Amino acid sequence: MSSDKIDADKLTSLPSPLRRKLLLGMAALPAVGLLPRGALAQALPTDAVNTTKLAVTDSTVKVGILHSTTGTMAISETGSVQAEKLAIAQINEMGGVLGRKIEVIQEDGASDWPTFAEKARKLLVEDKVAAVFGCWTSASRKAVLPVFEQYNGMLYYPTFYEGLEQSKNVIYTGQEATQQILAGLDWVTKEKGAKSFFLIGSDYIWPRTSNKIARKHIEMHGQKVVGEEYFPLGHTQFNSVINKIKLTKPDVIYASVVGGSNVAFYKQLKAAGIDLNKQVLMTISVTEDEMLGIGGENIAGAYACMKYFQSLKNPNNEKFVAAFKKMWGGESVIGDVTQAGYLGPWLWKLTAEKAKSFDIDKIAAASAGIEFTGAPEGYVRIHENHHLWSKTRVGRARTDGQFDVVFETADLIEPNPFPKGYQ
Amino acid sequence: MFEGYSLAELGSIFAMQGFAGLILFSVFVLMALGLAIIFGQMGVINMAHGEFMILGAYVTYLCSSFISTYAPALFPAYFFIAMALAFLASGALGMLVEWGMIRFLYRRPLDTLLATWGLSLILQQIFRSVFGAREVGVVLPDWLMGSVAVTDTIEVPINGLFVMGLTIAITVVIYAVMFRSRWGQGVRAVMQNRVMAGAVGINTEKVDRYTFGLGCGIAGVAGSAFTMVGSTGPTSGQLYIVDTFLVVVFGGAQSLIGTIASAFTISQAQSTLEFFLSGSTAKVLTLLTVVVILMLRPQGLFVLKVRR
Repeated sequence: MSSDKIDADKLTSLPSPLRRKLLLGMAALPAVGLLPRGALAQALPTDAVNTTKLAVTDSTVKVGILHSTTGTMAISETGSVQAEKLAIAQINEMGGVLGRKIEVIQEDGASDWPTFAEKARKLLVEDKVAAVFGCWTSASRKAVLPVFEQYNGMLYYPTFYEGLEQSKNVIYTGQEATQQILAGLDWVTKEKGAKSFFLIGSDYIWPRTSNKIARKHIEMHGQKVVGEEYFPLGHTQFNSVINKIKLTKPDVIYASVVGGSNVAFYKQLKAAGIDLNKQVLMTISVTEDEMLGIGGENIAGAYACMKYFQSLKNPNNEKFVAAFKKMWGGESVIGDVTQAGYLGPWLWKLTAEKAKSFDIDKIAAASAGIEFTGAPEGYVRIHENHHLWSKTRVGRARTDGQFDVVFETADLIEPNPFPKGYQ
Repeated sequence: MFEGYSLAELGSIFAMQGFAGLILFSVFVLMALGLAIIFGQMGVINMAHGEFMILGAYVTYLCSSFISTYAPALFPAYFFIAMALAFLASGALGMLVEWGMIRFLYRRPLDTLLATWGLSLILQQIFRSVFGAREVGVVLPDWLMGSVAVTDTIEVPINGLFVMGLTIAITVVIYAVMFRSRWGQGVRAVMQNRVMAGAVGINTEKVDRYTFGLGCGIAGVAGSAFTMVGSTGPTSGQLYIVDTFLVVVFGGAQSLIGTIASAFTISQAQSTLEFFLSGSTAKVLTLLTVVVILMLRPQGLFVLKVRR
């Protein structure tokens, strides 16, 4: 039913053959890139950069931010919103994208997945935004994905996630599971001589898929999984499983507990006399954001495996952290996902400039190979599968809520959302 | 799963496991006592119970940052001050809510469910606006962290002991207040027959207000104590509300003894099952058992014998 309407839309918006020829000529003009910034808008008329009736004028382009600012996920998603707004402000200061200032339309997903889908539809159909930066949980991404594919929108998704997904309409700026997990397991094996692992996570798709990959990798290397446990989201009593950990004496506790449960888990570990300076614990779910609630003194000594830590030492990151604190206050902390959120607007800007167009199809096609040298985590590049090549790092939690980076992979790790042998 | 362990190891694990069950029991009782008074004695379905707990947790948070800044010498003992303040804050808010909202709804129990649900959303948003959407970290004095080594292999968490002690103390106080004081007699009289209690000169409105305040105040103390084991965020209260209602309903809504017995049954079942099965399965089995027992005994474990 609705597909008829779409086709009609597409037909009316198809460029005339003459205009298409003109466009091709434009794209071939290398001189465009050399023009001073102010001249870009004139050099790239709106008709040329926007052939699908997106909300683009001669001086502005509209984008959407779609995160939860209310409800239970607001805790996590606030950082992403802040980072995306910072990136957009910086891009506007530099003259915007293709000579056009970015205007933001922010919608609240309210931690409710149908609401996410509804707001995504609103952003794409009514506001006709050129790109959306948003979603946090896999559930919200799965809810909006059909909307983005149906109405042909572009989503930049910041969270590390379980993989097993790839779409023309999504750029995944966080790590997929194998990128985050494998290097960390190899490191802990080599560095700590780990032979046995206890896997513990919250009971939903991300921890379960991640642990499935982790278990395969552990068993492939002749090591042992001595326990695998899942707890409902929001579970607050971990004493029984802590006893089980004490009984099985694993070399490594491998944790992917999320949300409020996290706080309970680490506080109770500490109270039960498990000293994380002696017992190796590796987590893939605790960033600087979560540390605020857990309290540094309760988790100090644990290792976290992800691609970004606020304490990373490189010029990009120092600039980013300073700018973030200037905009959002000196107390704010920046976790892995917040940094990945910051990448979204920049990658979109670079892609639009390469494609010399805001058209979704051209952005999607031009995305592969886009390089961003100014990323706080260091150089990143978009893979053909729309995930990022990125390094994996291991950080050790300090009492002040920050991490000491103790390891980083030498090379960028290839994203592999459909890992063979791990299914 | 027990191959390769010595008898001594197994013994100490079972001892610790028994203790884990007792801690869970104390936590359940602490959560449920306030609600048992409000739901059981007054018949008000208070969906905002979790938020009253979190108010207590936030008071503890404020107290910890205030005292560590202005009176660091008092820090080791701040938790007791915080619990007293949490009781007063939650109790005062409870009385305010009773006066402004609940008292108009005593004859419409289902409406109180909606009204207090709305209240819980309002309180969550207030917490979010005041304290931020992120969880806050409550710093505990050192003596509350860590564990006591009873033997080489048996370690007992101190905060668990603290929660147990607190639960016993509060239960004794509640018992004394409800069953040994004149005021408690008044509360029970109003609950049994409101009209008659009013006729013999009990100020039923006042009794209602203080009862509701007492229940909320206890919720505040519970929230304050739970900063030791759980998280403090705007929506953390939601983590407790289901378990709390489960304990109260399973125990028989009008019986405090029933609440305690039900907390004991559920906590022991859950912690034992969690040890032998996995976390989620344990929860499912516990809930299934409760559902089956409630089908056979809809009034809960214990029933108050009164003539209607």
